[in-house]
Amino acid sequence: MVMKLLSFHLSLAAKMSAHILEQPFEPFNSITEHQQQSDISKQFGATATFIGSMRDFNDDADVSSMMLEHYPEMTQRYLDKLEKEANQRWALLDSLIIHRVGKINPADPIVLIACWSAHRRAALDACSWLIEELKHNAPFWKKETRQDGDRWVEKNTDGL
Amino acid sequence: MSIQVKFFASLREKMGISETKVDTASTAGEIWDMTTNNAERPVNVLVAINLEYAQYDSQVSDGDEVAFFPPVTGG
Repeated sequence: MVMKLLSFHLSLAAKMSAHILEQPFEPFNSITEHQQQSDISKQFGATATFIGSMRDFNDDADVSSMMLEHYPEMTQRYLDKLEKEANQRWALLDSLIIHRVGKINPADPIVLIACWSAHRRAALDACSWLIEELKHNAPFWKKETRQDGDRWVEKNTDGL
Repeated sequence: MSIQVKFFASLREKMGISETKVDTASTAGEIWDMTTNNAERPVNVLVAINLEYAQYDSQVSDGDEVAFFPPVTGG
């Protein structure tokens, strides 16, 4: 699969990368590829991941597809900033964020967060924090296509 | 003085503006008033100046990029 990278990554003390993609991606392949290219093998004892995918319903209505809009420069900058902060708060060896934009179909992965650390607590806590921060503050907007027309999603759920 | 102004998502459609420029302003709120024909400032609209979150009363300078957008819904 050819993935078009709209933006690229930064590298700091710990490895981090955040990508915004126009094309579909396979999150489990992305995790494996990233891990194979990383030089942290034999150092990490924990990998925590979150994958968010598109449902075919929302608020009791069928949703046939979705357009995901973003503010390219600010969104990339915000994702980079989140990873940097996560790296400061937890002892991460590596992290990866991938987020889709453009047209998305039901069952398509929308977002991937993966964190690697020596022990499980850092990876688990950082992964959970990253997805919550991303959902609350990263500038992305969803517009759903339903039988009765298109509709902007007004807010994210509380995740329960 | 020139300030780039951008609107995103539902706000872009509602206001009918994607991008514009203003010649002079001192705050983001003033830019909202100038570019939306003094539309009421929605309480949930988010403001960014130079790609960082800001407020309606945040100061703006020549060359800044100011953006207005609705609550975010990614992830």
